[in-house]
Amino acid sequence: MSKNNVLVYCELSEKNTIADISLELCTKGRQLATQLNCKLQAAVLGSSVKAAAESLYPYGVDEVFVADDKRLSPYRTLPHFDVLSKLIENQEPQIVLFGASSVGRDLAPRIASYLRCGLTADCTSLEIGSHEDVKTKKTYDNILLQIRPAFGGNIIATIVCPETRPQMATVREGVMKKEILDAGYKGTIIPVDIDASLDKADKAVEILSREIEEQKIDIKGAQIIVAGGYGMGSKENFELLHKFAHLIGGSVGATRAAVDAGFAEGERQIGQTGVTVRPKLYIACGISGAVQHRAGMEQSAKIISINTDPDAPINAIADYTIIGDEMTVIPQFMACYKNNLK
Amino acid sequence: MSFKIVVLAKQVPDTHNVGADAMNADGTVNRAALPTVFNPEDLKALEMALRVKDSMTDANVTVVTMGPPRAAEIIKDAKSRGADDGFVLSDARFAGADTLATSYAISQAVKQLGKVDIIFGGRQAIDGDTAQVGPQVAEKLEIPQITYAEELIAVDSKAITIRRRLERGTEVVKATLPVLVTVTSAGEDCRFPNAHRLIRQAKEEIKMINADCIDADLDRLGLKGSPTKVKKIENVVLAHKESVVLEPTEAALNELSATLIKEHIL
Repeated sequence: MSKNNVLVYCELSEKNTIADISLELCTKGRQLATQLNCKLQAAVLGSSVKAAAESLYPYGVDEVFVADDKRLSPYRTLPHFDVLSKLIENQEPQIVLFGASSVGRDLAPRIASYLRCGLTADCTSLEIGSHEDVKTKKTYDNILLQIRPAFGGNIIATIVCPETRPQMATVREGVMKKEILDAGYKGTIIPVDIDASLDKADKAVEILSREIEEQKIDIKGAQIIVAGGYGMGSKENFELLHKFAHLIGGSVGATRAAVDAGFAEGERQIGQTGVTVRPKLYIACGISGAVQHRAGMEQSAKIISINTDPDAPINAIADYTIIGDEMTVIPQFMACYKNNLK
Repeated sequence: MSFKIVVLAKQVPDTHNVGADAMNADGTVNRAALPTVFNPEDLKALEMALRVKDSMTDANVTVVTMGPPRAAEIIKDAKSRGADDGFVLSDARFAGADTLATSYAISQAVKQLGKVDIIFGGRQAIDGDTAQVGPQVAEKLEIPQITYAEELIAVDSKAITIRRRLERGTEVVKATLPVLVTVTSAGEDCRFPNAHRLIRQAKEEIKMINADCIDADLDRLGLKGSPTKVKKIENVVLAHKESVVLEPTEAALNELSATLIKEHIL
């Protein structure tokens, strides 16, 4: 069996399908594996997960390791740690990717600690490249460049783990694209043996109850987003954004400041601590454009900024900047849009 | 034997007030140039620890931090809020540690305390946002972990019950002790310092612990013990796009909406 592959730890949704974040990671993992000329592997740990495992093939997954056991669902740290750490020791992948979710951020550090390898959290970009150690002058080729904002978003750091394997990283949902490689791609399922040590891992923590909330607001997939900042002034003024979004078939997003001020629900928050979006059109209304906010929207295809402040940082990344009061400009724009549709 | 609680805390640069001199040339943080605060989620962890202590007849809270000597400030702060004891892991040999080397040093220090029932810590520190040290300390001590805790539901000398946050909801979990718990910002705010304790604190020396005191493998500490290396640091500069500035006139808005419709964007 070959080693040195790229492995993605896959999370399951409440419906026992592969979570979006994991499909995004498989898409990225496929690119990395192709560049490295190795296989893309996935690990699916859960109960009755054969269908979910097979759904990974179109993303270019060559081998899916499946651990099927009731004690692995729902997710708990120690049972998953027990199975995954052994799988990694066995397979010796060169790269392992996790979602930066409540599951991935719980499991990945424990695995990294056990394997004594490096782990970079919340990467926004993953590339293959080389690195020269400043002191030893030793060059490392084909290693994983892990790029992430650090220090409250004030800097962008590139992290490498030259000496230890696997190289591990977590990535937030929505940061990378999910893309089917080939609907007819053929992979194989490799069952993972469950051994007695799972028994001990099973006993430490017990889930007494779970309350899963229906997600009512989901702006991640929106093609058009009308987002408001603190500059909108009030919750009442935010209503105009809802009308605007409704007219042009978009969703309403918000900055952290607007959410903190109670203008919009937390689910609408865009930015480093909210969701990352990449719509074809992003209309920023009364948003100054703090780096944390821009981190969550700067990959939008087109950006329009409507702002009274001509020097707002957001204007620098906008394709169009309209200088003026949002409460006047938006109704004007809505009227023009209606006229042009006729 | 009294019930022993440890709180892992960090003094962090206030990342909301970062200046140009915040980073050293080698990509590590120039801590001397920054104002510092008690990491907010660690304060929430301290509060949860103090509530556990309050519910017991004989419990003791020890706060552990790693950093330069001035990190003693947060130990004093924690003691004035109700912690019984605390110390700073401070040694040049700890410097430049990533989360793996940090968790190793901290776990070795905790081992020196003997039997520990519960370890609390913040989910993550605002200067790194990695959320790694908690789970890594738990692994090194070979104890279970409960991350993303937001509410203490019940605790006794054998087990703890916690409500933890998931992306789309919450779950209530019960763990047998010992266990490590990381607390999110949704935890209860920490109680204020008590005036008597504050005055008593003023004269007390905070213990400094070096690498020789924790029975550590020196190769696993600091920069040497850190598998992650910083290759490159870039300050965030806005990429200037070709930006069209429009006055909000009827004609300009009309043309913009027409263009967007024509380009199939709207």
